Amino acid sequence: MEVTRTPVDAGDLRVRQLRAQQMLRGELAGKDLDEFVEERLLFTTLETAQNWARKNCLFPLGFGLACCAIEMITVIGSPRNDLARFGAEAIRFTPRQADLLILSGRVSIKMAPIIRRLYDQMLEPKWVIAMGACSSTAGMFNNYAVVAGADKFLPIDIYVPGCPPRPEALIYGIMKLQDKIMGTPDMGWRERYRAEGTEEVE
Amino acid sequence: MPDATGLELIAQQVRENVADEAVTGTMYAREQATLEVAPEHVREVLAFLREAGEPWENLMSLHGCDYLPEEPRLGVHYQLLSMERCDRLCVKTRLGVDDPRLPTVIDLFPTADFQEREVFDMFGVFFEGHPDMRRILMPEDYEGFPQRRDFPMGGEPVLFTFNEGKFPRWYD
Repeated sequence: MEVTRTPVDAGDLRVRQLRAQQMLRGELAGKDLDEFVEERLLFTTLETAQNWARKNCLFPLGFGLACCAIEMITVIGSPRNDLARFGAEAIRFTPRQADLLILSGRVSIKMAPIIRRLYDQMLEPKWVIAMGACSSTAGMFNNYAVVAGADKFLPIDIYVPGCPPRPEALIYGIMKLQDKIMGTPDMGWRERYRAEGTEEVE
Repeated sequence: MPDATGLELIAQQVRENVADEAVTGTMYAREQATLEVAPEHVREVLAFLREAGEPWENLMSLHGCDYLPEEPRLGVHYQLLSMERCDRLCVKTRLGVDDPRLPTVIDLFPTADFQEREVFDMFGVFFEGHPDMRRILMPEDYEGFPQRRDFPMGGEPVLFTFNEGKFPRWYD
């Protein structure tokens, strides 16, 4: 959707306001109504509008696990990286109000049930980003204490590689998530190798 | 650390005051003095060292160890500190791996509480007389003692081209 803006002077604005008022009152008809619709209204599906609103107001849960949490805080909390540009800077510290869970750090087997409970407490729709090597695959912690990949107990939407990922990488992951929320997910390697249509569906 | 002679003197004192068979050996390596003690006497030895003329009154660390090829396999180390001597002493005991049991030293050194629980958690050494002998770090329903050397590594093997034939792949 492309939006172009043209400056509007005050007189024009008043005229438009009056026409909108008339339209709402049902006083516009015929050619005037056609003109108004052509100029001022935008048709879309409800789902698209809803998704557009959702992708631009992600509320991340204020939740850190390990060293990636420091990086996560600099991304979602600092003006330097300014996640507000993507509408995701309002951190919520209760899962009831959040809709994005960023798993920042290794997931230990004692933490896994707690994360699962947090995820279950979040309201639909909700998304999960596995940030860094550890929460995606256990990374270097190939041992008894760490869950080898948080996708063993959670559905995960985006995996961000890195140890820790650069802030740009996490922002890129959030942008990919926004694409996914809009219903046009990035095909990644499938696009590169022209392998679309081979997704495994259960 | 007491030097090698000092360590022998301490060992002799322990033999005289506790039991002749209480000390199974001494080791002085890299300026560290280690008194090796039979597991059934470890409590008396520590009690004696705590009350001796210049006492070793602080337990700085209590930890376990697994010497896998050697027998007996498990070891428990007590690191003692004496403020009067300005000195440290390690008391070490060795245990077999089936049903390892030691007397608790929690009444001598209250700091041993959590550390004995950790040794129990990681190595499975049961401390008799401990008021609350249960796991401290791992979940309570965890099975096995993860710091033992024969405990499986866990996690998942990382697949490379040289070892991908060895492990079942995710799509198999």
